[in-house]
Amino acid sequence: MTRSHDVLLVGGGGAGLRAAIAIAETNSRLRVGIVSKVYPMRSHTVSAEGGAAGVIRPDDSLDEHAYDTISGGDWLSDQDAVEAFVKEAPQELLRLEHWGCPWSREDDGRIGVRPFGGMKKMRTWFAADKTGFHMLHTLFQTSLKYTSLVRYDEWFVSKLLVDDGRVQGVVAIDLMSGKVETIVAKAVILCTGGCGRVFPFTTNAAIKNGDGMALAYRAGAPLKDMEFVQYHPTGLPFTGILITEAARSEGGYLINKDGYRYLQDYNLGKPEPKPVLRSMELGPRDRLSQAFVKEAEKGRTIDTPYGQVVHLDLRHLGKKTIENKIPFVRELCLKYQNVDPVSELIPVRPVVHYMMGGVHTDMNGATPLDGLYAAGEVACVSINGANRLGSNSLPELLVFGARAGRAAAEYASARPEPAGAVLAQGKDEEIRLQKQFEQSAKGRERLSGIRDEMQKTMEESAGIYRRGETLERGADALRGLSERASRVSIEDHSRTFNTERIAGLELSFMLDVAHAIVQSAAEREESRGAHQRTDFPARDDRRFLAHSLIRQNADGSSRVEYLPVTITRWPPGERVYGS
Amino acid sequence: MQDRITLRVARYRPETESEATFQDYDVPCPRDWVILDGLNYIKDHLDGTLSYRWSCRMGICGSCGMTVNGEPKLTCATFLTEYAPGPVRVEPLRNFPIIRDLVVEIGDFMRKLTSVKPWIIRDTDKPLSEGEYRQTPAELHDYKQFSMCINCMLCYAACPIYALDPKFIGPAAIALAQRYNLDSRDRGARERLEILSEHEGIWGCTFVGECTTVCPKNVDPAGAIQRYKLHAAVESLKAFFMPRGA
Repeated sequence: MTRSHDVLLVGGGGAGLRAAIAIAETNSRLRVGIVSKVYPMRSHTVSAEGGAAGVIRPDDSLDEHAYDTISGGDWLSDQDAVEAFVKEAPQELLRLEHWGCPWSREDDGRIGVRPFGGMKKMRTWFAADKTGFHMLHTLFQTSLKYTSLVRYDEWFVSKLLVDDGRVQGVVAIDLMSGKVETIVAKAVILCTGGCGRVFPFTTNAAIKNGDGMALAYRAGAPLKDMEFVQYHPTGLPFTGILITEAARSEGGYLINKDGYRYLQDYNLGKPEPKPVLRSMELGPRDRLSQAFVKEAEKGRTIDTPYGQVVHLDLRHLGKKTIENKIPFVRELCLKYQNVDPVSELIPVRPVVHYMMGGVHTDMNGATPLDGLYAAGEVACVSINGANRLGSNSLPELLVFGARAGRAAAEYASARPEPAGAVLAQGKDEEIRLQKQFEQSAKGRERLSGIRDEMQKTMEESAGIYRRGETLERGADALRGLSERASRVSIEDHSRTFNTERIAGLELSFMLDVAHAIVQSAAEREESRGAHQRTDFPARDDRRFLAHSLIRQNADGSSRVEYLPVTITRWPPGERVYGS
Repeated sequence: MQDRITLRVARYRPETESEATFQDYDVPCPRDWVILDGLNYIKDHLDGTLSYRWSCRMGICGSCGMTVNGEPKLTCATFLTEYAPGPVRVEPLRNFPIIRDLVVEIGDFMRKLTSVKPWIIRDTDKPLSEGEYRQTPAELHDYKQFSMCINCMLCYAACPIYALDPKFIGPAAIALAQRYNLDSRDRGARERLEILSEHEGIWGCTFVGECTTVCPKNVDPAGAIQRYKLHAAVESLKAFFMPRGA
């Protein structure tokens, strides 16, 4: 018997669960499947800390949130999408409140908000500093009441099935049994999150391998703005564990080896004792990460076994504020860094955190490939442009998860059952996977070696600062690694819960995504937001006020084209912080 | 400080073995490595066939619970050096069927979680246009602790009742039921009461509180259970004197 659904979600994190609930609420007769390679509550949304932006205070306005987002994104955001986003974000956050999310409150019981980087007003809702955790568990627990949702927990999708120009299902491996199965569906929504693991030093969980991006890319859908990779300025050295921006919005300082608040030297405003919105430590992440590199070049950072660091100083906030507002920061510092932020400085350095780029979608999550939708970090709508503002990603996954769910529900309602040709394709993929699995027994090279080299290549070629020559070298290196990866050795020959087999498939996905990042970065000959080219240091609106779209050609090579940015009311201007 | 340590890891491959065995691996032991780093070292450099779950490496996704030297632990939050000079025994969580090596089957918990209806229950939900339900910091505080559960299963592995009686609904599921019962926005306590009192396991739970001791997030499931028992006792008395609908 073939497994069959009207809409199939790939990924069960924040975007996937929000989409699933939206479908169930749109039409409870639709048969919804959720395929996730981990139990949904393990999804990486769980790690988001600081908060979720949505205008709620009377002194704030949707236009201001839109402007902060657009200027923060260095004018690469599509402004129609941003306008829809800022309008729906408060509704979605409120809906989560009605579903039980334990938002932090004011004394009178209203929702509390905190300042956040690049935001001119206080509009970031938070659940202490475990906002993503609480949102994910609220969504997951709420999803349990919809009996029309069928879950495939710990199933790994290896391929999208496309027939007659339409996506009509997937092939997936059930980890527990090792069985490969075809699941047909009238529509598929990718909600697999980002791809931080293509880099060596990242806040991203082990599961963030760009699966959905590679699935879409291989199926013929374009990836958009892949050159825009966000470095978060404050990761713990060695582990890459994120110290939330909320630590700075509550008043933390970034200081160099001389105890000097160095951001004042980088056009980010003057140091004040209390946090000032859109200034200094509350500047945008791209500018703060870039300032770190410059500071290191001046020899004013601190040398550690895990590279150069600066210090995040929270000591002046006092124990009470730290315990009330950012308890997870203290817990993480104590448990993983053996540092107590109440009395000690926290060593931090920029760390790969978020992918602005992703599968090209419209405002309803639809990709150019019929039947295929995407939402959350895997997708690029784009509201984030060249640099995402902190606390915009959580509302993004709600707003666009819900939109993609509704759009896919409508699409699926009007489609016939998937055709037999898809089943035949599914069989082919099952055979391919089996053959590959058997061949890998003869391979010589461990996959971890190839993965390490890929990550090193990415840091060297597509890090905070880039230039043409190193990007070209990176692209060459990646081609060699892809070649080697096709002959990788898988020692584990058992079917039951074979994580090495899955890691092999993930490596192959990551290499495709890595290539897309490097090639997109090589072709964008300007500096904008998180994409900084030392050989093209200025923004070039004449040539590049446009989204890059990278597609895979039939021979495996790729090509980059450009799509104009949608400007509604905010013409491109200068990004000004600290004034 | 020693620079290597032995991990004595439980192996079980159901297709070829009828029972678990131990395999020793020699791994580096820097000061900042956790047990999980040791396992990843094995996987990447020594033996690709070892299976275990992990993801966030920051103690929030709940994937990497295992038994370390006999105690349930989050392996991402447990330093190798705590166990010097070693060897360190790493086994799957107890009280669950073992799928493979360090991977256990948690389907039972997933079904129990659903059965306690861990979502807001109300007869009517006000429209979004009317804004949020007011909830003071004190009201938030009433249930907040129980909302911190990461479903890591350490409490089930430590629970003596669950070990003897797999029908027992268990610490995390009860804590999460209480998380909603105590939420000022929820009206579903009575509905959950019927599910929770269905099985007598809860009355067998003593004040020992192994679940609370091992909880990495200070959820205090034992406290939730004791509070629930009190609540259930009062409710059953109320039901006796004032039958519903009367």
